[in-house]
Amino acid sequence: MEPLTWTGNLALLNPIFTYVAYAFILAVALQIVASFVFKPAAVGAVMTGTTAAGPKEWIDKLAKYLLLALIVVCLIYLLAGMVMPFGKAGIIGAVSARFAPVWIALFVTFTLSTVYKRRLGLYGKLYDSMIGMIGFGFVMFWVYTAIFVGVFDMIATGDPLSQVSGMKNKLPGTPIRGVDPETCGTSCWYLLGGDNLARDVFSRMVEGSVIVIVIAPFATLFAFMGGITLGLPAGYFGGKLDTFLSFLANLILAFPVILLFYLLVTPEIVQTGIPHYMAMVLFVFPIVFLTVLINSRFYTRPKLRNPLLAGILVLTVWIYLSAISAPGTVIHVLPESMDMFNISSGILVVFVSVVFVNSPTVFRIVRGLALDIQTRDYVAAAQTRGEGPWYIMLWEILPNARGPLIVDFCLRVGYTTILLGTLGFFGLGLPPESPDWGTTINDGRKLLSIYPHPALVPAFALLSLVLGLNLLADGLREESLRD
Amino acid sequence: MGLFILRRVGMMIVTALCLTFIVFFMTNLYPNLEKLAKTQGNFRMSEEAVNSYLTDRGYLQPTPVKYLQWLGVLPGYKQIKEDGTVLGKCVRPGMTADTVPNFCGVLQGDWGWSTVSKAPVGETLGKRLANTAKLMFWVMVVMVPSALVIGVLAGMNEGSRTDRTLSTVSITSTATPEYVSGVIFIALLASTRFGLGPILHEWGWIEGKALFKGTAKTAMDKVTFENFTLPVLTVALYGMGYIARMTRASMAEVMTAQYIRTARLKGVAFRTIVMKHALRNALIAPFTVIMLQFPWLLNGVVIVETLFSFSGFGWQLVNAAGNNDIEMLLAVSVVSVVVVLVTQLISDIGYVYLNPRIRIS
Repeated sequence: MEPLTWTGNLALLNPIFTYVAYAFILAVALQIVASFVFKPAAVGAVMTGTTAAGPKEWIDKLAKYLLLALIVVCLIYLLAGMVMPFGKAGIIGAVSARFAPVWIALFVTFTLSTVYKRRLGLYGKLYDSMIGMIGFGFVMFWVYTAIFVGVFDMIATGDPLSQVSGMKNKLPGTPIRGVDPETCGTSCWYLLGGDNLARDVFSRMVEGSVIVIVIAPFATLFAFMGGITLGLPAGYFGGKLDTFLSFLANLILAFPVILLFYLLVTPEIVQTGIPHYMAMVLFVFPIVFLTVLINSRFYTRPKLRNPLLAGILVLTVWIYLSAISAPGTVIHVLPESMDMFNISSGILVVFVSVVFVNSPTVFRIVRGLALDIQTRDYVAAAQTRGEGPWYIMLWEILPNARGPLIVDFCLRVGYTTILLGTLGFFGLGLPPESPDWGTTINDGRKLLSIYPHPALVPAFALLSLVLGLNLLADGLREESLRD
Repeated sequence: MGLFILRRVGMMIVTALCLTFIVFFMTNLYPNLEKLAKTQGNFRMSEEAVNSYLTDRGYLQPTPVKYLQWLGVLPGYKQIKEDGTVLGKCVRPGMTADTVPNFCGVLQGDWGWSTVSKAPVGETLGKRLANTAKLMFWVMVVMVPSALVIGVLAGMNEGSRTDRTLSTVSITSTATPEYVSGVIFIALLASTRFGLGPILHEWGWIEGKALFKGTAKTAMDKVTFENFTLPVLTVALYGMGYIARMTRASMAEVMTAQYIRTARLKGVAFRTIVMKHALRNALIAPFTVIMLQFPWLLNGVVIVETLFSFSGFGWQLVNAAGNNDIEMLLAVSVVSVVVVLVTQLISDIGYVYLNPRIRIS
């Protein structure tokens, strides 16, 4: 079988793409020069729509159309890959075809959201900001990829762990040795090449997205629960409690993150069970948060509160116990039959250390917001009404701090992704054959200048996810500031 | 002001003590000590051999006692064997039973003995820090001016095309962790088979096949453009975006201030407004950000030094942590804590000096 080229039968489009790309770069350069040389057309002329446009406006228009043309050519590459028989449209087409379910899901999401955006609150407003939309697109791309890979087992072309002899460090598009071209279907090639252990780079990359997409948002959520549960009282009550908690937070923040990881995640420490004890403490915060949240709201209505609280407590404590107890570790309290799920030790350790590193920062943000908001009139009104402190914190202050917290949540998921990558990069926590992006980058960097593709693919994947989250946060900030 | 600094320094010492105790506790857990014994002795040591190795050298005393010995408050552990050899915390190669000092802690200026590099910690770490200082100097030279220029250019016309373009650039750079940008740089700029190097070589613009070197090993002796560009660029890039965004926000805020409007209405040229009226006020916030950026840079330094195999402070941290080199690790954490807290102090003091509206009693 022939190795795939990048564009396959679409190679006739390549010169067009190159020319358009060069023209676009030239136009942008001209645009920058022009912005220094020419003055913009008079404001009145633009407003009345008369054609008094100067050379600057012409260049702007040119750049815009060239950009559109570039996007159209790129779309043709991707769409043709989905329509043409698998492999005929080259590597790009084949990869695009594998991602077909993701494209469809993205298309549906964006169409529906744009149509109904006026009814969707802050989420709908996101569709007014170009930056926010692009960011959201990147994020949802990886979320859908993780769902389709993790739940439906679709996108990947092969097993992320299986090694095929003779495929070591092979370039992208190399056909797998020894497969029958008639029957192999979609798994005829290593689409993005093979790594130094002859595993499929493409399949590992998409499998890696599952680990990142599962751990990063959850770890951030737990960090937020901890940070909010401690930060609100610290800011609201102040005094000794505040001094003590702030000292602790600053203590953790003064640690270099990587030293902390090395201290927490090495196998010797895991053996002593310290991460498990930390999980025991950190996982309590969501339960405390939920209980206090419900109790402070409904304690005047015991008929509603008692069953609600009991239900929530039973459920969360059960989940809590299943999460922390696992056979073979220091904490094994729940009998096998009651245990809903076991988190593998490596993932638990990584999760705990990431939560631990993130929560002090969240604590500081929440504390600052609480200090700021508690001087507002509606807080004074609630105090005069005789509301309890926890009601004021959780039902008056917290909802009014949601804007900055949502923005920070997006940024922090990105930062958590970076931290997960850092852990993988130093080979800490997750098993060495794990397909997550950090570990794969670490694997690939040894032969980087000879075979760059095994490291570059996960690097760009991680970059696009974090960039998407940052752009999303930026868009959200812009839109939430607008009203 | 004096009282403020005094209080902060006191706080710093308390924090440093707490942190080093945590590090001490974690590194002195039994599995870690066992690993230490096995790497120092041999890997097939039996339980008893490990135990006697650790007992002989005083590793099995209670942790607070060992910690105070490390600080130099208690006399160091010492044991003289039957054959006259002496073992213990203060023992260095070539010492006899009479010349071993009683105290050998941080207070005596002795940072201990690195079990991995077989040398005094102070000496080794000093060399590493000098290397890292070189790296940090160039990072600052690259990062700070470019970040400020980008931030000011973006912030002086909020919402313009320049602003949008530069803001996107800075968001991208904050979204690129060092291990991603480093890998991309090496693959595109330091490879002899891919990226820019071979193309430029074909055109006859450069001598060798690669544009830059993918390792910074040679930079420890002599820094050249070829071997130091990529590490410096990698560290600088991640911090640059953040500082640029802070500068932009602060510049944009200043540009909406009343006195800027007054100046514009008076008919002062835009350039003069930016250079004379806005810039000085807009640079207060970035100053604190730059100072607070140091601890983050430390992280980047660890990654970059590992990636480019440059034996600096970060490389030493990874090396010490990976091999449980207890006293080296403690010294490393002391240094990083001091860096974090001192930069915080400087940023607070600097903020007061730069911004006359704030006074700390």
